[in-house]
Amino acid sequence: MEYLYIIMTILLIISLFFSREKTWQAIRRGTKKLLKILPNYLMILIFVAVIMSFAEDFIVTYLGGENILLGGLLAIIVGSITMMPGFIAYPLAGVLLSRGVSYTVIAGFVISLKMVGVVTYPVEKEYMGIKGTIYRNAASLTITLILTLLMGLYYGEVLFNG
Amino acid sequence: MDKHKRDYGIFVGFLLFLLVSQLIDFERGMVITDNFIIFARDMLLILPPAFIIIGLFEVWVNREKIENSFGSASGGRRHIYAILLAATTVGGTFVAFPVANSLYHKGADYSSIFTYITAASLVMIPMSIMEASIIGLEFTLLRIGLSLPLVVISSILLNKLFTRMEYRLPADV
Repeated sequence: MEYLYIIMTILLIISLFFSREKTWQAIRRGTKKLLKILPNYLMILIFVAVIMSFAEDFIVTYLGGENILLGGLLAIIVGSITMMPGFIAYPLAGVLLSRGVSYTVIAGFVISLKMVGVVTYPVEKEYMGIKGTIYRNAASLTITLILTLLMGLYYGEVLFNG
Repeated sequence: MDKHKRDYGIFVGFLLFLLVSQLIDFERGMVITDNFIIFARDMLLILPPAFIIIGLFEVWVNREKIENSFGSASGGRRHIYAILLAATTVGGTFVAFPVANSLYHKGADYSSIFTYITAASLVMIPMSIMEASIIGLEFTLLRIGLSLPLVVISSILLNKLFTRMEYRLPADV
């Protein structure tokens, strides 16, 4: 994250070099945009903090069931609803893996976590519109289902002949 | 503005709840506090530089350039550009949404934007490296390799749909 600040500083210096006026205009515009959307980010922050206080236990307890397809589906539902940064999600996936949870379930969890955003709705709808948000998430959910199934087939965990 | 006030009100109420939880040793509240601090640091610190860079982008980059690389005239190349831009976007979808909106109003078409947003979370380089080291390189390569074609196909389909509906993304946000 530090390097985003470094990039910003470099860009600002370059911008100042060319035009002081345009640089101020850019800063004002960025600040205005941020202040407009900030409450929506704060709402997400509350949702995520509350949901995560239940989710971590839930994930470790319930995602390791016998039935792979059911586990995969559950993983996709949990992954779609929650949202967490990678430095929490991947160690969690590592814990699941070490407990013998299948790749199918882990794929479902990781992919839906990235692709489908239920909690990010307050921000996404502002930028993409309500329709745009719903269609994008529906498409993402479809992709997630297909991908999870393909990953399961690849690892030989999902079989059609039995 | 009223909605703003309400949201800030809720947020202040939430902070008070966290504070009270600490004072009376309410366990669930303390777990929520820990989560809140982790996420707040991760999210809120990334927003100011991201939005300043978006501001710079909107002021400096001219429409023609974006139309040529991310507009419909760019053909299949626009998906490659979108994926490359996504791979280097810090902060995942949080930052990708406002960036996508700015790109759109500079002339990118919907299919570039969909590819960009989805790829921003799928192929972010630092996160993918972390994933490969914990779950395995094979898993990561497979996930990325299988997902990108699906993402491009669905963004082309969505683009057709939105063009037919004459759907416009919100402006001035």
